[in-house]
Amino acid sequence: METATPIFVRNEMLGPKEPPTSQRGVVKWFRENLFSTPLNSILTVIGVAFVYLVLKTVVPWVWNGVWTASSLSECRQIIAETLGPDSHAACWAMIAERWKQFIYGFYPMDSYWRPTLAFALMFVALAPVLYFGIRHINVRMVGAVGVLLMIALWGLGTDGAHIGLALVLMAALTAVAWVAPKKLVWLTLLYPAIGFFLLWGGSVWGPVGALLGFVILAFVWLGLQRQVGVVVAGGIALITAAVWWLSVQTHVTGALHAAMPIGLPPVRSDQFGGFLLAFVIGVTAIAASLPIGILLALGRRSDMFLIKTMSVGFIEFVRGVPLITMLFVASLLLQYFLPPQTNFDLILRVIILVTLFSAAYIAEVIRGGLAALPRGQYEAADALGLDYWQAQRLIIMPQALKISIPGIVSSFIGLFKDTTLVALVGLADPLQGITKIARADINWKGIYWEPYLFVGLIFFACCFSMSRYSMYLERKLKRDHR
Amino acid sequence: MSEAITRQIDRSHMQVSDEVAIQITSMNKWYGAFHVLRDINMTVNRGERIVICGPSGSGKSTLIRCINRLEEHQSGKIVVDGTELTSDLKNIDKVRSEVGMVFQHFNLFPHLTILENCTLAPIWVRKTPKREAEEVAMHFLSKVKIPEQAHKYPGQLSGGQQQRVAIARSLCMKPRIMLFDEPTSALDPEMIKEVLDTMIELAEEGMTMLCVTHEMGFAQAVANRVIFMDQGQIVEQNEPKEFFNNPQSDRTKLFLSQILGH
Repeated sequence: METATPIFVRNEMLGPKEPPTSQRGVVKWFRENLFSTPLNSILTVIGVAFVYLVLKTVVPWVWNGVWTASSLSECRQIIAETLGPDSHAACWAMIAERWKQFIYGFYPMDSYWRPTLAFALMFVALAPVLYFGIRHINVRMVGAVGVLLMIALWGLGTDGAHIGLALVLMAALTAVAWVAPKKLVWLTLLYPAIGFFLLWGGSVWGPVGALLGFVILAFVWLGLQRQVGVVVAGGIALITAAVWWLSVQTHVTGALHAAMPIGLPPVRSDQFGGFLLAFVIGVTAIAASLPIGILLALGRRSDMFLIKTMSVGFIEFVRGVPLITMLFVASLLLQYFLPPQTNFDLILRVIILVTLFSAAYIAEVIRGGLAALPRGQYEAADALGLDYWQAQRLIIMPQALKISIPGIVSSFIGLFKDTTLVALVGLADPLQGITKIARADINWKGIYWEPYLFVGLIFFACCFSMSRYSMYLERKLKRDHR
Repeated sequence: MSEAITRQIDRSHMQVSDEVAIQITSMNKWYGAFHVLRDINMTVNRGERIVICGPSGSGKSTLIRCINRLEEHQSGKIVVDGTELTSDLKNIDKVRSEVGMVFQHFNLFPHLTILENCTLAPIWVRKTPKREAEEVAMHFLSKVKIPEQAHKYPGQLSGGQQQRVAIARSLCMKPRIMLFDEPTSALDPEMIKEVLDTMIELAEEGMTMLCVTHEMGFAQAVANRVIFMDQGQIVEQNEPKEFFNNPQSDRTKLFLSQILGH
């Protein structure tokens, strides 16, 4: 050891050494996280004991479950025979028998390929949005979805023609994802019409006509926005499109259908149910509420008195009313306000109100993101001569949305789980509707853990994926790394 | 006094022409009931390098922010490059694309790379093709001596580098007038020099510049006119040598003694 005298010169430099054994690796982790103080050590032991007790009951119950039986009593008999008279185990046979109903509701069995294909195409449509057209992720995602779709269709006993059709389609889409991943956005734009056509069936010209309305909207808007400004052009375009949808479209599509009757067998909305219904409502509302929420958030921060007041009024009103009230409005009251004889589909009405409900929450989340941006960002955008919409699109929104990702995803998760509330207006959601129907079956009377666990597990898988995706997105968009 | 200016300044291109770049007549501005700018009259000719100084709260930042209408004035007239600033959005956007502005806190766009920061406005406002905009951006990034940072994000750069990017970003719009709002106030001392050097180079090329700054060394070396403001009004203006050596008003004397006299 060198002595500490006022004059000190080091003659030999010290090399690096490893930290002491108790300060590295597994030992360090255990010491720091589980046994740092006596109290912590006791709590760790109690905690481990508790987890052990829970798992000791639950794991055998799940693991020893019976998968083949035709009724609950048969289930119990098998359990008693194999495990002893007083033992308990799950009766998964009920799920094995009824799972199709949990997924598809009362959708015609010979058409199960349609919602399945629509579900697969949804991921293909989402791929370019979720992964910004990064080629290798898109190809992998589309390819994997294709393979899973084939397995699912085969498992559902779909006929060869439709499996072949799906195979060709998915192969083509994988090829597109390989050659030009950004071109998949076209599928994203067309997806609402494709999804609608696959799910509800009917004449192909209906969705085509509805899409044409959007094409008209886009052209009128692009043509006019230079002359009259973005907002006014948007208004005129919307009115033109509405005229097309409400009064012209039916004649055109009727004539087209008479000339070329292409279509799928129609499926009524009351045949929808289970997770099919939850996904239709959830995904549509999620996709529609984000843009509406952005506009509401901008409206709330606008300098224009009328726009601001209307946005604030809408947001506060919608947030102040329980979702269930809105669902009752959708199922009962809305009919009074519409012209007589309008047959406005119940699912569509529910989707509209769930969308508006969620848009109000999204608007507030995004407003938080906007408020977090420094004023300097707006000033820099202004000083460079960007107009309002350019500044919003290029500078403000990318940053505000990034800040709001956790809140937005929370809202989406909440919205997806809230789709189960549609049971209250008579739609067969997976949790209340289908489970009740399944439990009313005389064979399965008295079963309650299994269907709820099954439904809960699927909901958890969906929500957990959303949450993981949002974490991926946050990491991906992180820019302050050094 | 700042000792940052050490180099010889090339004055061959620093020529003040007769053409008027900015004309401000009897301009007043209020924040609510508070009268921030009082009866401002000012003419800036093309090629002038004006330093505006004064105690904090004297309205100097507000004045240059009125010139590209980041702040609205309530009475009087501001004409920039022949375009009068009114509530007409077309005129405002026109003036803003002709006038570059550099902020105290840089205000770079953190979600875009340095290159994207520089090409954004040329592409979307001037409708320049992307390749051409990138070439121009690289030219100006080389000029501020950081072309190698083009693909980094602002968060990865030092304060001085960020401010030089901000200058390059403004220059990419090929502005005819540059406004500087305390460009060195948020910087560490060793970074002030690199930013001032960039500004001096700009002055040497004959750019019309209005700088709000406390860098009196810069004012003496580069400015052709110094404006002193207090309580929202122009108290004194003169050429730098006279202004510093022979101030006329008591307020100016007090201010100069506070910032220079140690």
